[in-house]
Amino acid sequence: MTLGSVPPKFKVSIDRDQCMDCGRCIENCSYGVYRREGDKILIESRKCTGCLRCVAMCPRDAITLTEKPIDYRSHPLWTREVREDIIKQARSGKIILSGMGNARDLPVVYDHLLLDACQVTNPSIDPLREPMELRTYIGKKPSKLKFRKTESGDVELETKLAPNLKLNTPIMIGHMSFGAISLNSQLSMAKAVTELGTYMGTGEGGLHEALYPYQDHMIVQVASGRFGVNIDYLERGAAIEIKIGQGAKPGIGGHLPGEKVSEEVSKARMIPIGSDAISPAPHHDIYSIEDLVQLIRSLKEATEWKKPVFVKIAAVHNVAPIAAGIARSSADAVVIDGFRGGTGAAPKVFRDNVGIPIEVAISSVDQKLREQGVRNEISIIASGGIRSSADLAKSIALGADAVNIGTAALVALGCRVCGNCYRNLCPWGIATQRPELVSRLDPERGAVQVSNLIKGWTDELSELMGAAGINSIESLRGNRDRLRGYMLDEKMLNILDVLPAGV
Amino acid sequence: MCGIIGFIDRTKSRMDGSSIKAALSLMNERGSGDGAGYAAYGIYPEYADYYALHVFFDNLGEPKKKVDELLQQLGEIVHQEEIPTTPQPGIKKVHIPWRYFFKPSEDLMSGKVASEKDVVTYIVMEVNANVKGATIFSSGKNMGVFKASGWPEDVANFYRIEDYKGYIWLGHNRYPTNSPGWWGGAHPFNLLNWSVVHNGEITSYGTNQRYVEGYGYKCSLFTDTEVVAYLFDLLGRQHGLSYETVVKALAPPFWDDIDRMSAKEAELNKAVRLTYGSALMNGPFAIVVGTENGIVGFTDRIKLRPLVVGENGSRLYISSEEAAIRVLDPEVKNIYTPRAGEPIIGRFIE
Repeated sequence: MTLGSVPPKFKVSIDRDQCMDCGRCIENCSYGVYRREGDKILIESRKCTGCLRCVAMCPRDAITLTEKPIDYRSHPLWTREVREDIIKQARSGKIILSGMGNARDLPVVYDHLLLDACQVTNPSIDPLREPMELRTYIGKKPSKLKFRKTESGDVELETKLAPNLKLNTPIMIGHMSFGAISLNSQLSMAKAVTELGTYMGTGEGGLHEALYPYQDHMIVQVASGRFGVNIDYLERGAAIEIKIGQGAKPGIGGHLPGEKVSEEVSKARMIPIGSDAISPAPHHDIYSIEDLVQLIRSLKEATEWKKPVFVKIAAVHNVAPIAAGIARSSADAVVIDGFRGGTGAAPKVFRDNVGIPIEVAISSVDQKLREQGVRNEISIIASGGIRSSADLAKSIALGADAVNIGTAALVALGCRVCGNCYRNLCPWGIATQRPELVSRLDPERGAVQVSNLIKGWTDELSELMGAAGINSIESLRGNRDRLRGYMLDEKMLNILDVLPAGV
Repeated sequence: MCGIIGFIDRTKSRMDGSSIKAALSLMNERGSGDGAGYAAYGIYPEYADYYALHVFFDNLGEPKKKVDELLQQLGEIVHQEEIPTTPQPGIKKVHIPWRYFFKPSEDLMSGKVASEKDVVTYIVMEVNANVKGATIFSSGKNMGVFKASGWPEDVANFYRIEDYKGYIWLGHNRYPTNSPGWWGGAHPFNLLNWSVVHNGEITSYGTNQRYVEGYGYKCSLFTDTEVVAYLFDLLGRQHGLSYETVVKALAPPFWDDIDRMSAKEAELNKAVRLTYGSALMNGPFAIVVGTENGIVGFTDRIKLRPLVVGENGSRLYISSEEAAIRVLDPEVKNIYTPRAGEPIIGRFIE
C-alpha cells in the first residue's frame, strides 16, 4: 500500500434534518454509495460517480454533493487528473478506460461562431405564419438534370434519382448499440424518430426483435466486428452504415465489456454470453479505399441497390481527402464524427487526444468536395458534441446536410454524463443490461422526452432560420456568409471560411 | 428598395432608351441616387457576331494594358473605343467606360474549356478577380450594360442612352446597402447574354456563392446580385435547362405543394430541389433577367418584393410598379401581378 488511496472525487452528505429516512437513495444508487446500518443511512462517498440519481430521486432535497472536497496541491502541469492517471497505472499497468466524450477543457469552436439575423433591408420570416422547410434528403444527388423529348413532343425527366432518406428535420440519432445501451433506451429513441420522421442508428449490436416495428427508421451498422450482421439485418434497415471509425477513439475498434453481454445482447450480436466483444481496429476486408468501394457495392448488391449506404469516419487530420475518396465511391453519405464524440468505452488517451473538432472537419470536407466537384455525390452528416439547436444551425451553415446526436439524446433520457458507461451499472437504466436497472427507464416516457428534445431543437432551428430570412434548409446549408467568428485567430477563420464579427 | 424594369418586343422591333429613362425616373422614390443602370439588347447590329466587352477602367495605363494583353492572347480585338459619354453634374466620373468588340479564339484555350462562351467567361472571371483597376461589366453579343452611380436620368444622359435602340431593355434604380458609390455594384449585372436587375437581398447568397464557385465562377463584385447571373449561366447554359426549370430551381414550390402534385410532376419537382438545392435563392427578391431569347421575371417564393406585368401586342413589360409601365406605354393592356415564384417569360417570336 505504498500508494495509498487517492482523495475521493465527490463528498456526499445528507441533511439529517431534511431526511425522512425513506431509503430511496439506497435503492437507487447502483454504485453502492449508501447502505443502512441499524436506523442510520451510511455514506461511502468514494464510490460516488456524480450520476446524481440519488439527488434526483430524493423526495426532500436532502442530499448534497460536493465535487473535489479534498484537492491536491495545485499545479498547472501536474494536474489532479494527470497525477491520478499515473497512480492508477502504477497500480494496474493497464490502459485507462473511460466513457462519454472528450473531457478536456479545450476551446469549443461552436462557441466562437455567431449566427446572423435580418434587420430592415430584408424581412425576417415568422415560422408561425409562413412556411418553413426543414425537410432534408440524405443520399446521392445528381450534379445536373437531363431531360429528353418524348415521341409526343413532351419533355420528361431522364435523370433517375438514387434512393434518399427523407428527414422531416435535419437531426438524427447516431449509432449506440444494444449492448452499450439498454433495449429500453433504443426503444425510446426508435419510437421518437418514427414519430418525428427521422432516423437512428442501431450501432454494431444487431437489431433486437422488439425494434422490428421501427425498422423503417433505423440505420443498420456494419462495423469491423460484423456483430449482428446477416442478410435479414441488412434488409430490415432503412439504410446501411459502414463504420470505419468513431470520434471518441479514431483508429481503434469497438469494445463492449463482457459484463454487458447479457443473453439478449448475445443473441442480437451473435456472440457468447459474457464474452468481451472486441471489434478489430480495421475491417479485415478493408485495407484501402478500393476495398471500401467493394464492400459498399457488395452491400448494395445484397440489398438490390434499394438502400443508401453511409460511411462513418472519425474526424482525423486528413479527413477532407478521405471524405473525397469516399464521395467517389457509390457511398451515399459520409458521417463525420468529431473528436468530442461520445462512447460507451474508450481508452482515455484516445478519447482525450486523438482527432480534430467537428466544426473544422465539416468545413474542410465541404470545401474539398466542392473543389473536386463531388459535393452533390454525397451527403455530409456531422456528429460529435452537438449540444443544442445553435450547434445544429452552425453545423449546417458550415456545410453539413444533417447532424447525428448521441449524448444529447441520452441526456434527454436521464443521463447526467457521469462517464461510467463501461461499468454496466448505469443507475438511469441507459448504459446497462441489468434488468433491475433497465426497468427504471420506461420506453413510452423516454420516447416522449427524446421526441420533445428534437421538437424543441427543430422549432428553434426554424426560428433561427426565419430570423435570418431563410425559409428552406437548403439555403442555410454551406451558407457561411451568415456566420461570424468571434475571438478566433485568422488561420482558423480561413479554415472555417468565415469572416470575423464586425465585417 | 430599388425599382426595376424589363421590356421586350417579341418581334424584335427596336425602341430607343428615352422612355425607359422616363419610366425608371418615375420610381426615384425607390432609389437613392447612388446607382442606376440599363441593359439593352440589339444595340450593336454592326458587331452582332462579336462579344461586346464593356469595361470600367480606373485609368488607361496599366489596367488597360493587362486587359489588352489578355484579350490578344485569347482572341482578336475587332474594334475598341471609349464608350461615348456626356458629363453630368450629378455624376462623378470615377471610371473610364470602355468597350471592346472581341472574337475569342477557341483553339487557344487549353484543357476543359470548350466553347467561345467559356473563353469569354474565363476572361471576365480573370479580369474581375485579378486585374486591379479593371472590371468587365458586360460581355454579351449585340447587347450592352450601361451603369454608374447616380440617379437614373443622370446615368441615362451620361451614356446618351436615347442613342441606343434595343428590343430588350432592363433598367434599375438603386437604393444600395452593400456597396454605395461603386459603379460595379450598380445593376444590371451581366455575364455573356445574361443580364440581371434585382430588387431585394439574397439571404442564401453564401450558399449560392459556394455553389457557383465550385464551377469556376468567381464572385468578386461585392453584391449578391452577381451570383444570379452566374446561376442562370450555369443552369441555363451549361446544364441546358429551360428558363421555366431554372426558375423552378431558384424559386421552387414548397414541399407541401409538391406533395399534392401528380406523381410525375412531384418527381420532377423533387428532382429539381434535390439536384439544385444549393441554387435555391432565399430572401426577398424581384428579378428580371435578360437573355439571348427573351426576358424572364420572377419573385421569391413568398413574394416579399413587388412585381407587376403588363402586355400590349408584341410588347411585354415587367416592373416593380404599374405606374412605371404606364409611363412606358400609356396604352398598355392586361396588367396583372404574378404569383410568388411564377416565371414570367417573354420570348421572341420565331
